[in-house]
Amino acid sequence: MKHDKIERTPSLMIALIIVAISFGTLVELVPLAFSKSTTTPIEGLEPYSALELEGRDIYIREGCHTCHSQMIRPLRAETERYGHYSVAGEFVYDRPFLWGSKRTGPDLARVGARYSDEWHRAHLYNPRDVIPESNMPAFPWLFNDTIDAETTPVKLATLRKLGVPYTDADIAGAEAAVKDVREIDALIAYLQQLGTLIQARR
Amino acid sequence: MSDFWSGWIILLTSAQLIALLWVLLGNRKKPKQEIKTTGHQYDGLEELDTPLPTWWVYLFISTIVWSVGYLVLYPGMGNYQGLLGWTSTGQYDVRVAKAEDQYRAMRDRYLALPIEEIAFDPKVRKMGRRLFGNNCAQCHGSDAYGAHGFPNLADNDWLYGGTPEAIKATLIHGRQAAMPAWQAILGDTGIKETTQYVLSLNAREANPRDAAKGALHFQTYCIACHGPDGKGNQLMGAPNLTNGIWLYGGTADQIAHTLRNGRNGKMPAFSETLTEDKIHILTAWVYGLNRSSSPTATAANF
Repeated sequence: MKHDKIERTPSLMIALIIVAISFGTLVELVPLAFSKSTTTPIEGLEPYSALELEGRDIYIREGCHTCHSQMIRPLRAETERYGHYSVAGEFVYDRPFLWGSKRTGPDLARVGARYSDEWHRAHLYNPRDVIPESNMPAFPWLFNDTIDAETTPVKLATLRKLGVPYTDADIAGAEAAVKDVREIDALIAYLQQLGTLIQARR
Repeated sequence: MSDFWSGWIILLTSAQLIALLWVLLGNRKKPKQEIKTTGHQYDGLEELDTPLPTWWVYLFISTIVWSVGYLVLYPGMGNYQGLLGWTSTGQYDVRVAKAEDQYRAMRDRYLALPIEEIAFDPKVRKMGRRLFGNNCAQCHGSDAYGAHGFPNLADNDWLYGGTPEAIKATLIHGRQAAMPAWQAILGDTGIKETTQYVLSLNAREANPRDAAKGALHFQTYCIACHGPDGKGNQLMGAPNLTNGIWLYGGTADQIAHTLRNGRNGKMPAFSETLTEDKIHILTAWVYGLNRSSSPTATAANF
């Protein structure tokens, strides 16, 4: 095909550009969406409980993922510090995923059970109280605000439509599970289960 | 990956390589050819239709040749594993095994020696500091001096004991403190009186009448863990209340708060996180923080 013809026909050029840039997506991403290795949950993986899900939404709302990744790569330096590298089956129920791409703070993929709840409370209230060198922002309002429980069942129902296996009982009990719960407790419930299904020694 | 998707990847990858080559070669002009213009004119400036530079074309072709070689050697074509059999996790395993070979012998050597002996070994100090920075400093501080609610590890005052065995047990199994809340039992007055008594245990200014009543509460409720003289009990992690060291603050208000609401400090278990040899080195490092730096003097102390 002669290039002057392409260059003189914008619609043809647009179509060809779309074809050219689609190859990467078609080859690298599309097969993964249908691959067993990425869509099968690892053993023991459960959908987030109503409380953990609300905690996860707070994590997103406060922008934690802009400074903390949740993706341990298979590199020795990372696994020495954070634990076993992340595997695709851990994130099957994550919508959207929170892998992140920037580490101003440490990776949190396996932060679950690593610190006590008390530590998380002290640290989120004011990080400098436990780590004087920290440049993380404080989140004191999480201790006063409670969760809007009315929307929780809707969130679960929406996720079920997307393929997360919530039962009717899960959805029915969601509102009661998070009613009057403080945001800090939901966030800590979310953090404390992160990556705990794979325990590997460092 | 299923055969369909494997074929899909192989087909699209090959098709794109061939298409690129075709577009490139199909539009190639020989340098000898007359250079035309595209017909575009901007304020009298003409756009030339110059052929691609030869060196650039060969560079482009060489990247396609390179990609063929790459796809033969490395996994890229669907389920084909590549002649080298490379995988990212395989590469990871090799690097981990290499590092293990390099460091394990050294750590095993330390593991075989008693804590007291290695606590001041310069290498142990160095490794311990790294391990501490990564696993412990978040709570106990990068200087190991602790924080509100998280014990100072360098003051030789121990909640659960400072022997090598006790420190190691704390690291392996974690600790869960269980100071109950006394508000319901003691009431406001009782809390106030007991607070005054605890202050008096430290020879601090206290209301004598309240302290005397507080002593009765203390002998009834607190004695089981903190002992008759308030010196604590390391078997239960009950702190010594007479030495002026306060995990949760030593003002009357803070002591009253602790009494009212209880305290449940938690040290996480590291048996699942760190290997035995690393726990051994960390134990030695923490132990060494609290002892004279002369190994012979330390040996004599025990």
